[in-house]
Amino acid sequence: MSFETKINEEYKWGFETNIERDEFPKGLNENIVRLISQKKKEPEWMLEFRLKSFKQWKEMKHPTWQYSKIPPIDFEDLYYYSVPKGTGEAPKSLDELDPELLATFEKLGIPLQEQKRISGVAVDVVFDSVSLGTTWKEDLEKAGVIFCSISEAIEKHPELVKKYIGSVVPATDNYYAALNSAVFSDGSFVYIPKGVTCPMDLSTYFRINAKETGQFERTLIVADDDSYVNYLEGCTAPQRDENQLHAAIVEIVALDNAEVKYSTVQNWYAGDKEGKGGIYNFVTKRGICKGVNSKISWTQVEAGSAITWKYPSCILQGDNSEGAFYSVALTNHMMQADTGTKMIHIGKNTKSTIISKGISAEQSENVYRGLVKIMPSAKGARNYSQCDSMLIGDKCAANTFPYIDVKNPTATVEHEASTSKISADQLFYLQSRGVDPEKAISLIVNGFCKDVFKTLPLEFSVEAVKLIEMKLENSVG
Amino acid sequence: MSILKVENLKASVEGNEILKGINLEVKPGEIHAIMGPNGSGKSTLSKVIAGHPDYEVTDGSIELNINGKMQDIAELEAYERARDGVFLGFQYPIEVPGVTNIGFMRESFNALCEHQGADLMDEEEFRTFVKTKLPTLSMSEEFLDRAVNEGFSGGEKKKNEILQMLIMNPRLALLDETDSGLDIDALKIVANGVNSMKSKFNSFILVTHYQRLLDYIQPDFVHVLYKGKIIKSGGKELALELEKRGYDWLIEESK
Repeated sequence: MSFETKINEEYKWGFETNIERDEFPKGLNENIVRLISQKKKEPEWMLEFRLKSFKQWKEMKHPTWQYSKIPPIDFEDLYYYSVPKGTGEAPKSLDELDPELLATFEKLGIPLQEQKRISGVAVDVVFDSVSLGTTWKEDLEKAGVIFCSISEAIEKHPELVKKYIGSVVPATDNYYAALNSAVFSDGSFVYIPKGVTCPMDLSTYFRINAKETGQFERTLIVADDDSYVNYLEGCTAPQRDENQLHAAIVEIVALDNAEVKYSTVQNWYAGDKEGKGGIYNFVTKRGICKGVNSKISWTQVEAGSAITWKYPSCILQGDNSEGAFYSVALTNHMMQADTGTKMIHIGKNTKSTIISKGISAEQSENVYRGLVKIMPSAKGARNYSQCDSMLIGDKCAANTFPYIDVKNPTATVEHEASTSKISADQLFYLQSRGVDPEKAISLIVNGFCKDVFKTLPLEFSVEAVKLIEMKLENSVG
Repeated sequence: MSILKVENLKASVEGNEILKGINLEVKPGEIHAIMGPNGSGKSTLSKVIAGHPDYEVTDGSIELNINGKMQDIAELEAYERARDGVFLGFQYPIEVPGVTNIGFMRESFNALCEHQGADLMDEEEFRTFVKTKLPTLSMSEEFLDRAVNEGFSGGEKKKNEILQMLIMNPRLALLDETDSGLDIDALKIVANGVNSMKSKFNSFILVTHYQRLLDYIQPDFVHVLYKGKIIKSGGKELALELEKRGYDWLIEESK
């Protein structure tokens, strides 16, 4: 059976905004780290955190255990700080933003002007190294919810940031975590106070625009006792021949009875059909269910980036806490994804669910890598994992590396896995009912991903379905 | 005018010639049965007419009546043929996990509507429409919300094929061994579905091993396929004769 494959070269988010920038010179040294901290008018303890991390990073070596083939990255040839002129200072009202920036986000489907804002969702927009501002701020403040850029939080809520930053992902966790801890520029900060159900969904949109610039997102979400929040994240970047780095850290802390739902639709530029250009998406995302009965769920739709390397994980420390990971990872052309999760069971009767759906087309490589670890203290812990792979065509590859480490005999761990292929017969069946090949593939793929898509908020799930359809356009002829 | 006209049709898969010059004309209102021993090319014939991409037409023509004009469809994609009124009921219906039966049928139905310039149906309208077809096949509504063919028994899958046929209301229905694996009750239900759709405007080609289906669906013509050629055509009585005598005498005769 041969699939004649054509290429979808359309990446409609691939435009560039021409805007004057403030940036630091290329390269990474202690001085750059100090400059970033100084530019953000950070307190001493934050600078110390950065400098210590930088020192640690310098002593670390780039990891080699991953399955993806990552070309050497020249860390001296990157800009570590780049912001649109005039935005580096204290954040102003979104309405006062450069019209060029407003137009950019409008084009991306995120209107920022007050009268056009999407109701029911508050958005923080991060452009290269800076957060441009957050919508619905006052409404959230009334509920006691803090939703602002991490830079603003360091300034205005230092006690909270100091207490939690690095507490879930220490700088020494891995090479890119150390790098991020040294040079992180912006990202979001969320604090939901005790007993509060966040009155609207919170969302951050990350946009890379400047050339040869690394984006070092830092997001911290703290849900205090008995609180609830639904958080969404999206991202895009211009279409370029050079690779760009997005190395993020996201930390979530859920205290007693708190619940955090975190959803991502990742749509960074993935490079062209020969694998030229695209974002390196090297991300450490981890949540800790610190309190009893707390819950954290990660849902991700990974549809972009030349290389994706991330494992949104949960540390289930509180008794009866629950972690979940729902993932759809789609790779096409020359894309590589090495993604999965870690569920670390520490508390009693902790529970975790992993549902991973990998779809590979063209010459892409898709890896699921996961760890389920049941510590001796995790009496009665339960895990259910399901890892399914779907292959489109016969040049792509899917690999599954599930690690299971059980140290308590009362635990129940279930793992199911499958690999399927969209066969010529399956396509013919749908076609014989009048459904054209592209629609047929999208039906099959959406059916395959259903268990994950249904965990997304409605608008997000519609967007995810469209995105997957578009990414697979022309991938079978 | 005919609905289908197949002339000197030759087709191969991976270089092996399976159909070696088929001639077949089907007129509106007719039911044709294709019989023959295993490996004679019966299923291939229905797949080639429906446009399975694995088969290459190397010679001859397949003409279909499209809006009153006979047009060669050999180069058309399967979905284009379906939109122009060809339906293939599968011998082994394919599972599509995660896609609901009704969602799939609506996708298909609306693709046909769009092609024919008719209004599309929304979910609610479509459900109401599909429900009118269920009693004919003794199917319950619960079938509509299950994933396409997933976890269906053999009989349920075949009934589901017939349901799809009733929804699409094709001008030419090719049913590939729809009777295989059915018990007598299911067989009657399937036949009932076919008979309910039969009219002077459409036609059927039934590929079958057994005469018993023909007890319930009266064919106008019976053709015997052997080694890629039709070696004998006749009326309903030919099927009865085959039931008694097998194929050997025909094969001898054709040599």
